[in-house]
Amino acid sequence: MNYEQILSPTVQELKPSGIRKFFDIASTMQGVISLGVGEPDFSTPWEIRKAGILALETGKTRYTSNRGLEALRREISRYVERKYGVSYQPETEVLVSVGGSEGIDAAIRALVCPGDEVIIPQPSYVCYEPLVRLTGGVPVILETKAEHDFKVTPEELRKLLTPKTKLLILPYPCNPTGAIMERADLEAVSAVLQGTNVMVLSDEIYSELTFSGSAHVSAASIPGMRERTIVVNGFSKTFSMTGWRLGYACGPEPILAQMTKIHQFAIMCAPTTSQHAAIEALRNGDEAVAAMREEYDMRRRLIVSGFNELGLTCREPKGAFYAFPCIRSTGLSSDEFCEKLLYSEKVAVVPGTAFGQGGEGYIRASYCYSTEHISEALSRIGHFLETIRK
Amino acid sequence: MNTKLLKLLNKDSRTSEKDLATMLGCTEEEIRAEILEMEREGVIRGYKAVIDWERLDEAYVSAIIELKVTPKAGYGFEEIAAKIMRYPEVESVYLMSGVYDLNVVVKGRTFHEVARFVAKELSTIESVTSTATHFVLRRYKEMDVELLGDGVDERGSYLL
Repeated sequence: MNYEQILSPTVQELKPSGIRKFFDIASTMQGVISLGVGEPDFSTPWEIRKAGILALETGKTRYTSNRGLEALRREISRYVERKYGVSYQPETEVLVSVGGSEGIDAAIRALVCPGDEVIIPQPSYVCYEPLVRLTGGVPVILETKAEHDFKVTPEELRKLLTPKTKLLILPYPCNPTGAIMERADLEAVSAVLQGTNVMVLSDEIYSELTFSGSAHVSAASIPGMRERTIVVNGFSKTFSMTGWRLGYACGPEPILAQMTKIHQFAIMCAPTTSQHAAIEALRNGDEAVAAMREEYDMRRRLIVSGFNELGLTCREPKGAFYAFPCIRSTGLSSDEFCEKLLYSEKVAVVPGTAFGQGGEGYIRASYCYSTEHISEALSRIGHFLETIRK
Repeated sequence: MNTKLLKLLNKDSRTSEKDLATMLGCTEEEIRAEILEMEREGVIRGYKAVIDWERLDEAYVSAIIELKVTPKAGYGFEEIAAKIMRYPEVESVYLMSGVYDLNVVVKGRTFHEVARFVAKELSTIESVTSTATHFVLRRYKEMDVELLGDGVDERGSYLL
C-alpha cells in the first residue's frame, strides 16, 4: 500500500522533533552525561504516592466524571485562588486533563479554525506549532530576543496582530529560556489586546518554579485578561509527577464547556489513581515543593555561574529548570556545538534550534540533575571549549 | 545560611567553597568563616567518607549491641557511656528510650572478633547487666547514601 497517499498530508508534513535522532545516538554511546532531560529527577513526594496507592487499595479504579473528580476540581479552584488570586467555578470553569499537554490541545482545537492565526513566541516548547497546524490554523512566530529577556513585548506583539489573529500563546515561565513575564510585562500585553477578540492560552506549567523572589503572576490575574485567557497548568513539574499524566485547564465557562466535549470524546477522563494522588498534592504538598524549589535554585546558581565562567554568556533564568547559554562566541551553530560536544566529551545538551529558529546560537541545559552531575558536565564542557578555541 | 550550608556539607562535605558560595549566593570568604566558626563551636565534628566495604575484599563486620546497665548514683549514664566510647572498636554509642539503655555499634574484621569484644570487654563492665548482639548482614543505605545499585537515570524522554 502507498501509505503516503493514504495518510493525512497535514500530519505527514509535521516535522518530527529534530533532536530525536541526536539523542538516539547519545543513548547508544557509553559514558554519556546528559543535561538533556526536561523532567524532575526527584520522585513524587511520598505522601502523594501514598494517596495514589490508597486509591488503588480501596478499589477506586473506575472512570471519574469527564471533567474530573469533583473534590479535585474544588482543590484546583482553591489552589489557583490561593496562589494566583484568580477564582474559577469548580463546576464549570475547571477541567482535569491528561497532563498540561492535553489541556493545550483541547484549548487549541476548541478555538482555532482553518486559516486562523495563532501567535506563538519562540524559542518555546515544541508542541504549539504542530497542534495549531493540525487544526488548519496558521502559526505566526514571534521571535523573542535575549535583549528583552526573551519576553513578549507589546511592540512585537502589535506588529503581528491581524484581523485573522485568533489566539496568542503565552508559554511562561518558559522552557527553554527560563524567562518569566512579570506583572508589568503582562499588563503591557493586556493593553495591546484590549478591544480585540484575541484569546490567550497561558501555559503556566512551571508556575511554581520561579526564583530570585519573582513569584509567578498568572496572565488571568491581570485586569481585563480573565475573560480572554485559558490557563493550562499541571502536576508534572511542580510536584514531580510527570508519569502520572495529570494537568488542568481553567477559563471562562463557554470555552471550558467546548473543551470538555473534546476531552470527553477523545479521552473520557484523566487517570483516576492520579486524580486521587493530586488531591493530596494540592492539599498538603507545599512543603515538599518548597524543598524541591530550594534545591533547584542552588543548582540553577551553580550552572549559570559555571557557564558564565566558561565564557558562554548565560542570562539568569528566573523560572522553569533550564539554563539557556549563548554559544555564539564559539563560532559554531547550535547543532554543530551539540554534536561536537556529544562526540568529543560525551555531554548531551539540546540545541536551541529544537525550540524554533530563534534558538540559533543557544543551547538548553537542564539542571534537573545532582550538583555533582552538573559540575562534571560543566568541567567536560570547559575542556571542550579549550580544545575548540585552540 | 547556617542550616542550608550544613545541609549541603552533610550531603557532600567535599563540595568546594566556591560552589558552596555560588549555590548559597554569598562569598567564599563568608563560607570559610562560617565553616571555621561551626568547627570551633563543635557544631561540625568531623568529615568522613561513606564507604561500601562489601565492594572490597577487606574483612569487615559490624554489630549493634543492646546494653542494659545500672546507672551509678550521681553520674547517670554519662560515666558508662564515656567508658564504652573510648574503645576503638566502638563506632557509636546512643542512650535509648525503651527496653534497653545503650545502643552500641561495634565493628571488627570477623564475627569472632566482635563476639569476643562483647564477651570480654563490654559484658564484663561492672554496671552492665545484660547484652544482646545483632550482627549486620547487609547494608542497603548508609548515612543517607544508597549502597545498592548504580543509580541509573531512568528518565528516557528527550522529547523535551
